Amino acid sequence: MELIFEGIKKAFWLLVSFDPEVMGITLLSLEVSGIATLISLLIGISTGVTVALSRFIGKRVVVSLINTGMGLPPVVVGLFVTIFLWRNGPLGFFEILYTPTAMIIAQTVIATPIVMGITLAAIQQLPQKLRLQILALGATRLQMVWILIKEARLPLLAAVMAGFGGVISEVGASIMVGGNIKGYSRVLTTATVMETSRGNFDIAIALGIILLLLAYFINLVLTQIQQKERPR
Amino acid sequence: MNRKTGQKILLTGIIFLLLFITGIPSAQAQPKTIILATTTSTQDSGLLDVLLPIFEKKTGYFVKTIAVGSGQAMAMGQKGEADVLLVHSPAAEKKFITENYGINRRLIMHNDYIIVGPAGDPAKIKRVKPTSVAFKKIASEKVLFISRGDNSGTHSKEREIWKAAGINPEGEKWYQQTGLGMGQTLNVAAEKKGYTLADRGTYLALKKNLNLDILVEGDAILLNIYHVIEVNPAKWAKVNAAGGKAFADFMVSKETQGIIKTFGIDKFGSPLFFPDAGKKEEDLGK
Repeated sequence: MELIFEGIKKAFWLLVSFDPEVMGITLLSLEVSGIATLISLLIGISTGVTVALSRFIGKRVVVSLINTGMGLPPVVVGLFVTIFLWRNGPLGFFEILYTPTAMIIAQTVIATPIVMGITLAAIQQLPQKLRLQILALGATRLQMVWILIKEARLPLLAAVMAGFGGVISEVGASIMVGGNIKGYSRVLTTATVMETSRGNFDIAIALGIILLLLAYFINLVLTQIQQKERPR
Repeated sequence: MNRKTGQKILLTGIIFLLLFITGIPSAQAQPKTIILATTTSTQDSGLLDVLLPIFEKKTGYFVKTIAVGSGQAMAMGQKGEADVLLVHSPAAEKKFITENYGINRRLIMHNDYIIVGPAGDPAKIKRVKPTSVAFKKIASEKVLFISRGDNSGTHSKEREIWKAAGINPEGEKWYQQTGLGMGQTLNVAAEKKGYTLADRGTYLALKKNLNLDILVEGDAILLNIYHVIEVNPAKWAKVNAAGGKAFADFMVSKETQGIIKTFGIDKFGSPLFFPDAGKKEEDLGK
């Protein structure tokens, strides 16, 4: 118990003293996971809507694949991204292994199916007749999609939160493709793992608390947007 | 159906991703980087945090430290995925060199391994010598032994001692493998009141949180020797040979050796490593 209080004290001091290393680590976490979430929203929502609105053979197989992808283990993603990005691997010529870029790619792979799966469910649960009604009122297809997305705003913002929450808290892939390099690719989760193995439990707890605070504030903002005006 | 619209959106997404991925390398024109694959103890002890900024300032290289076990570090070197290795697994290193994966293996420093365990010492191994007899006692008393189990330098040393004791502990109930780094393995041993083999540096760094005592130390077999190896650029064209050599040269330089000599004294009261550059491996521990 004493250790936890020590950690809370440490977290407080690291925050109020603007410890440059901890600030750097926190900002990088935010940047990497933020960009990864944005890209995953772009791919996830567009693909999710497309799959939800189209009818094709094998749709159930595709949907079940997406749903499986929602539980993609980060370490497995990390392993595959590492192998692809190795110098002598298929994408080695980019020379981006052990960089924040590699971490963004891995986190995007993790977050995209989460966003896609929730989008899919969100759009599918809208009443079928809504689409016909919108089209009957003279909307173009693009306008219709836009209205549907707006209608599904509540679950879609949940998708944003789930995607972001999934990657900001993820450690397996980040440590594999980022390498936990000091001042360069060290994020809150990988730093926590390292400080734990160094026996600096107070700093590890402090980093954990900062991570929780960060996740809380991001979700607070998103929830504000989500709950602002409930549709209907 | 609005398949067309959907396809358009999908296509935009894919194009964006491609642009994003391909746009990155040019956007991040990096300084010349070196990938250093090393054992966890050099990072967990904090030694590299002291040495690397000096090296980077001096040479302008940027070092990417990948702290894994010695086994994995050499596997990375074998695949040409690292430029230089700092490892402590002599038998495996010699094989690595004879198979031509590495060149210029040079002695950097040493410290020693210790057997730690609960203060009660249920297998009565305190100060037992040689170390293999202590291992035999642990086996015959069937007291829990926590192994790294990760092909690290420490794990190889542990297997060497089991071999010297003539015991194969694999699959025994009292023998558990964590597959984790030294720090975490020490924590597991402390929680489960088991014995483990540890390098002194990591043990000293973690001692304050552990209820583990040093029970066996000071045997010749317990020597823990660190070498630097440059990955052979003849095997892999993409290896940064100049950078690897610069780092290896830096490690054996007089200045670095001086830092190693005093590193840890302020924090632990005794040095964590003993500099050995230029010495012969056979002469250590005498």
